[in-house]
Amino acid sequence: MPNKLLVGTRKGLLIMSRNGASDWQVESAHFEAIPVVYAFRDPRTDTIWVSLDHGHWGGKLHRSRDGGASRQEVEAPKYPEGDTVPPDFSVPAKTNYIWLIEPGGADEPNRLYVGTDPGGLFVSDDGGDSFQLVETLWKHHSNTHWFGAGRDHPGTVAIQVDPRDSRHITVGISVGGVYVSSDGGESWQARNRGLFADYLPDPHHEHGHDPHIILASPSNPDVLWQQNHCGTYRSENGGLQWQDISDKSGGPAGFGFALAVDAKDERVAWVAPAVSAEYRVPVERALVICRTEDGGATWQNLRKGLPQRHCYDLIFRHALDNNGDTLAFGTTAGNFYVSDDRGDNWRCLMHNLAVVYTVRFM
Amino acid sequence: MAHVKFTPNLQRFFPDLCECMIDAATVADIIPAVDDRWRGLADYIVDEQGALRKHVNIFVGGELLRDKQTLSDRVSADTQVFIVQALSGG
Repeated sequence: MPNKLLVGTRKGLLIMSRNGASDWQVESAHFEAIPVVYAFRDPRTDTIWVSLDHGHWGGKLHRSRDGGASRQEVEAPKYPEGDTVPPDFSVPAKTNYIWLIEPGGADEPNRLYVGTDPGGLFVSDDGGDSFQLVETLWKHHSNTHWFGAGRDHPGTVAIQVDPRDSRHITVGISVGGVYVSSDGGESWQARNRGLFADYLPDPHHEHGHDPHIILASPSNPDVLWQQNHCGTYRSENGGLQWQDISDKSGGPAGFGFALAVDAKDERVAWVAPAVSAEYRVPVERALVICRTEDGGATWQNLRKGLPQRHCYDLIFRHALDNNGDTLAFGTTAGNFYVSDDRGDNWRCLMHNLAVVYTVRFM
Repeated sequence: MAHVKFTPNLQRFFPDLCECMIDAATVADIIPAVDDRWRGLADYIVDEQGALRKHVNIFVGGELLRDKQTLSDRVSADTQVFIVQALSGG
């Protein structure tokens, strides 16, 4: 069983540890009163990385190499002087928000990727001491099709490095779409075939799609899962072709933000649906996690232990995670739930957190 | 020489931050000077293009900074420059 969790909220970071078989306790609290956008532990270097969104002082990056006991601020990624933001290039580019931090491959322990608003992907090859903008993606010919959704500017919200080949990188830009590099970021191809964008004049356009999150199946990284603005999608060929796997039976799986993928079985994933983009509340005001065990052909609606009346909790894109049979998620209403049986039964560990932005097993 | 003061809230990140005298012709000159003394402080005040962060205010001689893009407001001897957070957030 996994034993530790990083929970980032609008009011700080909690490190939680398992206390017995079924209970969890808050081991320590960090960055109190500061919004924690993302936090994860890099297993290659045993380093905890934290992205902060100071309301006043800008986005910051911190790392801890001793399990959180001490922290060091590192210089946040910066856009080159004179750069401007797509699609109209009238606004100076600056790091507005650090969406996530992802490790490079196991064979490149000093490499890190950072995804930002206004859409830039950054890379570090010195363990995060410095970051460089990946210009090849930032200046991709399709960037005139990027734009903001929910925020003023586009954001790099998903980064997946192929465990079989560190030069194979899949990136999600919201709004922009899915991009894949097979040469370590030297060039990028858009991979949006099969996606539907109901907000575009041409919903099947090659660009301008809105992946909220993309995850690769660890057991077969050719299998990609995507919670998109316009449905839940899966690809069996690295994004060359996507299939809409939203629940066709009328069940809730469809619109949402969060996604978790089973480590051992490429057919198994979980999503956390809401009604729609225009109606961002739980379906029938009842909290549900949906699980598929057959690659999205069918969905099971997991509700035991979750509130089923007058519920307004949403689950943000990085606020659901899994490790083995254990799943955990936090909500916009500050509730925090855990299941130790793959989502069949849930229990609420905390009711009174601030908005939860990120949940990651350590 | 401008007389530069900071909101005490910045001491959370720069514990030894204190009032200082800076030889400067404009507010823009002040930023690298204070960053030399408190490494990283500039990134808390301006973005990477040199513009004042959206939720930061600078008072120059009691008046709000006019040029938030390039901080070209002039300062003279004895000008009081006060760097504070805007009243926003939640």
